[in-house]
Amino acid sequence: MIIGIPRETRPGERLVAASPTTVAQLTKLGYDVVVEAGAGVQASFPDDAYAEAGATVGTAAKVWAADVVTCVNTPDAANLRRLRKGAVLIAMLAPQANEDLVEKLAKKGVTALALDAVPRISRAQALDVLSTLSNVAGYRAVIEAAEEYGGMFAGQVTAAGKTAPATVFVIGAGVAGLAAIGAASSLGAQVRAFDVRPEVAEQIESMGGTFVAAPEAQQEVSEDGYAKPLTEEQQAAAMRVYAAEAKRADVIVTTALVRGKAPTTITKEMVASMRPGSVIVDLGAPGGGNCELTVPGEKIVTDNGVTIIGWTDLTSRMPRHTSQLFGTNIVHLLTLLTPEKNGEVTLDLEDPVVRGMTVAHDGEVLWPPPPVAVSAAPAPQQAPQVDVEERARAAAEAARRKARRRQVLYGIGAVASLLALTFSPSATVAHLTVFALAVIVGFYVISNVNHALHTPLMSQTNAISGIILVGALLQIGSADPVVSTVAFVAAAVASINIFGGFLVTYRMLGMFRKDV
Amino acid sequence: MTLISLAQATYVVAAVLFVLSLAGLSKQETARRGNVLGMVGMVLALVATVILALDLSERQVWVTAILIALVFGIGATAGTWRARTVEMTQMPELIAILHSFVGIAAVLVGYNSYMTAEVDAVHQIEVFLGVFIGAVTFTGSIVAYLKLSAKMKSAPLTIPGRHAINLAIIIVSLGLMAWFIAANALVPLAVMTGLALALGWHLVAAIGGGDMPVVVSMLNSYSGWAAAAAGLMLSNDLLIITGALVGSSGAILSYIMCKAMNRAFMSVILGGFGADGGSVVGGDAYQGEHREVHAPEVAEMLATSRSVIIVPGYGMAVAKAQYPVAELVALLRAQGIEVRFGVHPVAGRLPGHMNVLLAEAKVPYDIVLEMDEINDDFPETDVVLVIGANDVVNPSALDDPDSPIAGMPVLEVWKAKQTIVFKRSMATGYAGVQNPLFFKENTAMLFGDAKVQVEAILTALRVREGAAA
Repeated sequence: MIIGIPRETRPGERLVAASPTTVAQLTKLGYDVVVEAGAGVQASFPDDAYAEAGATVGTAAKVWAADVVTCVNTPDAANLRRLRKGAVLIAMLAPQANEDLVEKLAKKGVTALALDAVPRISRAQALDVLSTLSNVAGYRAVIEAAEEYGGMFAGQVTAAGKTAPATVFVIGAGVAGLAAIGAASSLGAQVRAFDVRPEVAEQIESMGGTFVAAPEAQQEVSEDGYAKPLTEEQQAAAMRVYAAEAKRADVIVTTALVRGKAPTTITKEMVASMRPGSVIVDLGAPGGGNCELTVPGEKIVTDNGVTIIGWTDLTSRMPRHTSQLFGTNIVHLLTLLTPEKNGEVTLDLEDPVVRGMTVAHDGEVLWPPPPVAVSAAPAPQQAPQVDVEERARAAAEAARRKARRRQVLYGIGAVASLLALTFSPSATVAHLTVFALAVIVGFYVISNVNHALHTPLMSQTNAISGIILVGALLQIGSADPVVSTVAFVAAAVASINIFGGFLVTYRMLGMFRKDV
Repeated sequence: MTLISLAQATYVVAAVLFVLSLAGLSKQETARRGNVLGMVGMVLALVATVILALDLSERQVWVTAILIALVFGIGATAGTWRARTVEMTQMPELIAILHSFVGIAAVLVGYNSYMTAEVDAVHQIEVFLGVFIGAVTFTGSIVAYLKLSAKMKSAPLTIPGRHAINLAIIIVSLGLMAWFIAANALVPLAVMTGLALALGWHLVAAIGGGDMPVVVSMLNSYSGWAAAAAGLMLSNDLLIITGALVGSSGAILSYIMCKAMNRAFMSVILGGFGADGGSVVGGDAYQGEHREVHAPEVAEMLATSRSVIIVPGYGMAVAKAQYPVAELVALLRAQGIEVRFGVHPVAGRLPGHMNVLLAEAKVPYDIVLEMDEINDDFPETDVVLVIGANDVVNPSALDDPDSPIAGMPVLEVWKAKQTIVFKRSMATGYAGVQNPLFFKENTAMLFGDAKVQVEAILTALRVREGAAA
């Protein structure tokens, strides 16, 4: 089958749905790839590079007539008309907002797969373009902020004095938020981050941010990995957190999206409380904006000198890598659709991933898909809770009983040894004293031994326990031939220990070398 | 001044040197010195003993002298030959067989002491205990040796009522001791020796191959107690001190090993991992999809990373992959990438075994770290390579209270950005527990022989470097 990669038609779009690298991967799956002339130019992929990777460079007409057409955005009406019946269209189609488009595609007999409707299960992550785009957007948001911000992100101590690091506050620790945290902290900023889902605290910290804890504003652990709408009290508490953080922040990156909608996080009053020269980057701009003053697609400066960036094309501002990652997502999708690697698309509607993405097939509208039962975080198990507690109590009880029994045993042992010692000859008592002290010295000395040297330690102790030879040697001169023979054998065996043990320890220790 | 008091004085010096010798082993920098101090102590003790033995000789001195020379001739030849030729992977076997020598020597010295000394209850108890411990150590070590060198099946031998058998042997032996004290006869001593030999055999035969680190440490401890018992019966303080040192050393090693597996010492000693607890969960408890990678991709990941941790297991040594791994480490470090090793205490077949194997492959010891030293660094690590390890990187030890390995401290490799697991297939590890690590999103599997795969990564890295130059 032929895969067509058209040039994007949306104004200002610089992305392309395949890079030369991904084209090569697609041909490995058995497909012929046609790329529209100039499709990748804006993403710095010239036509020659595609040709070199094994694609044909062709006209728009040829591309849109292909068996499979993959692009970034929903194609415009003119191009949709060019799709032939039975073709497969792979693009971001926003099916929840474009019901008539889905209907139109179904009527045309097109099989349409919406890249933005990938079910959120771990297996599907490799083909989730929304993750890809959010990741890039989060990174770019920090870059945009750094350009507008009149200072350095990293604190500096120089001969000319010192500057404090920038404080960056990130709202929402989804893919975009985490990318922003990572980018800002690697630029040296002090990053604080808030999310209504308490389970992301660890992720925030792993990216170098500080989690702003506010239990009254945070929800229970979510079942599907998405935030739920907040209750009124939670909402009010969250707003108090935002207000407090806004006052101390130099840069705010807000990424709050609840089911595709952008709730308000930063009010006019909070903006007014910020220092002049501060920057807000609103990743919620495509959904209307998280900040009340955001103008989607524009950059504005408020009266008190706060810059609010509402760009909606952040991903398009890094076309090269975004296209590369986007293209790889598509390769992963086609790998799933081409189990035989023979260049033929096999649509397995039993597969929840494929089913979730397919919005139209064989003249039928398949949107919305049946819900997929998934969980990003394991659902907390309520039922066995009591069980666990009870078990713990029982275990503690058993341990207590065992400890008591042990104490009694130790007591009996101590009394018995005391009695035994009392009736022993004094020479034996002296020997036992030596023995007890040597055991204690042994414990302290050996406890200090480095784990790495435990094997040499064992062979060394092997060697010195060969000292039992001493006992045998003294008996070797006995007049009794039996005693003499037995002593000889014992001494011979023990002396193997001495020589073997010391030498092998020596050999091993010689291997341990420090880095030069 | 008599020769005996001179010998006694020398023994004190030797005992001090032995303590210093073990103390020296606490750090790599002083380990060599510790080894030499031990040798010096041994030479002093032996010289003093030989002089004393010649002096005490009941027959012509030259006969005794020849016998002693023969003893050292045999010891030097056999010992030196083994020490030189042993492969580092065979260290556990060598150590096990050396333990058995101490055991048999203790038995023989005990018999001799019985035959030569006058009748005295305390002395009889000492002889009886010495022979008992020596005999258990002897056969136990032989079984350990056979299991470690794969001359015997390493699966635990579980005959019905085995705890009862062990207990019966101990009780019968106590009875025999009473008889021995009362009659001072050879029969009870001989019968007990036979029983103790059987007990040693049976005890270790019941323990599975993966618990061998504990068993070898335990036998190390027993060989020490056997030497100490011999010292008590001969009234020789040097033997007592040395035996106590070795005994406590082995005991501490066993304790460390048990703690690292979160197993009670008694349950290991009584044998049959999982057979007693009965809680081995079937392999299907966790299933999921794993992701597969190939050597060139791993090479790419390594080349673009900043910090790498390698978690080796015994599987690496079995595949002899430590040599290409060492080369890989050198190559990556030359490119400025931080590479370290994270070693779990029970990795390998002997405490500290992995460290010796890595040292042999010329990996500098200061990048080989213990679990506790490195566990906090995983979140800042780009790539973790798990080579031939399984249970020691199993997250269910921490997450799943019902897992058979629950509570065992593990290397938290899943916290790194990317984990690559080298494995032959998706089979479970020694404990028979499925490893959810393999199904984590940031884990990828590299299937095949570890050595071949590491070499493939090396080739890919060299090609990459060549292309960049």
